[in-house]
Amino acid sequence: MIPEVGHFALITAMCLAVILAVLPMWGAWTRNTVAMGLAPSLAIGLLVFVGISFACLTTSFLQDDFSVKVVASNSNSLLPPMYKFSAVWGNHEGSLLLWVLILSLWTAAVALLSPQLPLQVLSRVLSVMGVIGVGFLSFSLFTSNPFERLLPGAPLDGSDLNPLLQDPGLIIHPPLLYMGYVGFSVAFAFAIAALLGGRLDASWARWSRPWTNVAWAFLSLGIMLGSWWAYYELGWGGWWFWDPVENASFMPWLAGTALIHSLAATEKRGLFKSWTVLLAIFTFSLSLLGTFIVRSGVLTSVHAFATDPARGLFILMFLALVVGGSLTLYALRAPAVSSRVSFAWVSRESLLLFNNVVFLAATLTVLFGTLFPLVMDALGQGKYSVGPPYFNAVFVPLMALLATFMGLGPVSRFKSDSVSRWRKELLIPGLVAVVCGLSLPLLGAEYNLWVALAALLSAWLVLGLGRDAWYRVRGAASLSRGLRRLTPSYCGMLLAHLGFAACVLGVVATSQYSVERDLKMSPGDTESLAGYTFEFIELVPVRGPNFVADEARIRITRDGAPVTVLAPQKRRYLASGSMMTEAAIDPGLFRDLYVAMGEPIGSEGAWAIRLHYKPMVRWMWLGAILMGLGGFSTALDKRYRRQRQPALESAPGAVHGT
Amino acid sequence: MHPVRKQRLYLVLFLVVFSSAAIGLVAYALRGNINLFFSPADVAAGKAPVGQALRVGGMVVDGSVQRSDDSLVVRFEITDFQSTVPVVYEGILPDLFGEGQGAVASGELDALGVLQASEVLAKHDENYMPPEVADALEKSGFDHKGNAQ
Repeated sequence: MIPEVGHFALITAMCLAVILAVLPMWGAWTRNTVAMGLAPSLAIGLLVFVGISFACLTTSFLQDDFSVKVVASNSNSLLPPMYKFSAVWGNHEGSLLLWVLILSLWTAAVALLSPQLPLQVLSRVLSVMGVIGVGFLSFSLFTSNPFERLLPGAPLDGSDLNPLLQDPGLIIHPPLLYMGYVGFSVAFAFAIAALLGGRLDASWARWSRPWTNVAWAFLSLGIMLGSWWAYYELGWGGWWFWDPVENASFMPWLAGTALIHSLAATEKRGLFKSWTVLLAIFTFSLSLLGTFIVRSGVLTSVHAFATDPARGLFILMFLALVVGGSLTLYALRAPAVSSRVSFAWVSRESLLLFNNVVFLAATLTVLFGTLFPLVMDALGQGKYSVGPPYFNAVFVPLMALLATFMGLGPVSRFKSDSVSRWRKELLIPGLVAVVCGLSLPLLGAEYNLWVALAALLSAWLVLGLGRDAWYRVRGAASLSRGLRRLTPSYCGMLLAHLGFAACVLGVVATSQYSVERDLKMSPGDTESLAGYTFEFIELVPVRGPNFVADEARIRITRDGAPVTVLAPQKRRYLASGSMMTEAAIDPGLFRDLYVAMGEPIGSEGAWAIRLHYKPMVRWMWLGAILMGLGGFSTALDKRYRRQRQPALESAPGAVHGT
Repeated sequence: MHPVRKQRLYLVLFLVVFSSAAIGLVAYALRGNINLFFSPADVAAGKAPVGQALRVGGMVVDGSVQRSDDSLVVRFEITDFQSTVPVVYEGILPDLFGEGQGAVASGELDALGVLQASEVLAKHDENYMPPEVADALEKSGFDHKGNAQ
């Protein structure tokens, strides 16, 4: 009964989405206030019905209703309850329902949290969100119905959730990632609404900016969680593989980073308007492309669930429709909304432009590397794969260039600035950064030029930011009063840029200084690695709720002093019989020790053991968390919380496009 | 020249220079960093180059996996039920690697026709087959258990 209720709620939601896509849009066109006024209620109704549907699917999972097909193939009665809950989105159908749920969440949030928005703009934005909702709801209903039953002949027990997905990180990774992915639909909807209305000004940028920043923050955190999960769960200590599916989430992030910076220029100076609109369209298109790559099964990846060509075709058509439609609209309307504001070459504007060029180049590089194998395959030219060396070769110089100019950004001024002022402001930070760059690698195992470069650039960023913040704070009566002078959006910038510096340092230090060894160890053996001694004490059998495991106890000492005892496991899951490596990690701010088990070797109890020493690996996740916090912080700025303007449209005649 | 036009000219110049640098970088990075997939039948037919990065995928032959007693060297064979390619790999294999399962090995072919693998990918769940392997099997006309289709 419950699955049928869920199915019915999903169909109702689909109907509401169709009305939302049509009625308020028509109302905005004909200036029908009643039709426009319906938009927020429809958006909330959409959320309610999708929410009911999602709750029904969750209930089916929690109650072990194996007559529902997705439950039978992705859950098991032995599965711990929290994984039964996360199993809801550990499969194609459920993850799509989560996509729709989060889309309706964003839609309702826009409806509820935009009292300052003119009704016409609001109804257009919500309508565009409704159109996207129709696309994904019909995708869910017509190609991947999560409520399909196995009747008669429901199995007695389910075939279990993929053991790789049975992990706390995976409970929050997909929702956060989707919050980011789907959140860019708001920026997209604002851009389309602006094109439709022919009104593209600073207030448009001010409305769309907090949404974009929040979506970007979620995406940063989602990507970070994915990387962290891969690190401890896949069992070989890598944290980024340039896997197509990782790229699928990274491309919207890169384009989104360009977007939040160009939105800043649009809001503050009324610049790059058409460009910002194009970026918003581009960013959301990349989110859709990512969904296509992940959900169509065209790629070999952990994220690819069972393959079905019909699904891939559906998303591809939808993608073509959205990209084609919005670009056509852009071509028709963009010239009408362009403007001309000039700025000097030495100014914050040109630095923001530089940021955009670098991030766009990075996005296109990743896009090319990701699509190249697909295109070659489609053309029948063979099955290629593009490896990490390609991405690294392009990415490292781009990011080094970016960081160099990024240090100038916060101290620079809008409109016009001078090189001599930059020199005066940044001479001391620059010199100190050089000293840091030369000296910090001495703390590592050996002097490394890449680490020196990373330390130089990170110090350059941090010191420049520190000096700028100090100049803003000093002169106040007290430090706390000075700190209160910093606006949330300034603090957000500060956090995000510090996060970037931490990421750069972490990524470079861990890739250069990591020590990794795969070796054969028997109980009683000791090995030393990077100054630590690893002693394989014993092997014990362990029983978990839905698995049995061999657990190795490995004692780690340093110069005779005990550090920790790690207990990696080799698990066999009972329902599916599949094997899983559970790595054991001793985390630390400056180094991680990582131990994983391979397979038994020979007959005398020896095992293949993987030992890693990973310095500063946490810094990149820490950096990503800082970036996320920065993104949230900017959205708290007071200027985004103005009251609704009394008139329907503040400027009469602004809707000349209708 | 009008200042706005001049600014636009500089912008275009900058974009041209920057994007050609980026394209050059991409082309350079792509050279030697891509590798092509071959089925065991392709390798047997001599289509696969020796000493270049490539991938070979198929099913791991039953009974072919031999582990060394004193090191992490593993030998196994990959088949599409037409031809078979021997593979040598040193290191820890993925959890779902097993005899009679689909796998993709990437590395270089040596002069003896043995694939010296630097990486072995197995499928990541029970019901999933790497698309390349599925394709290679389809071409050879056998299903994943070796029955003729």
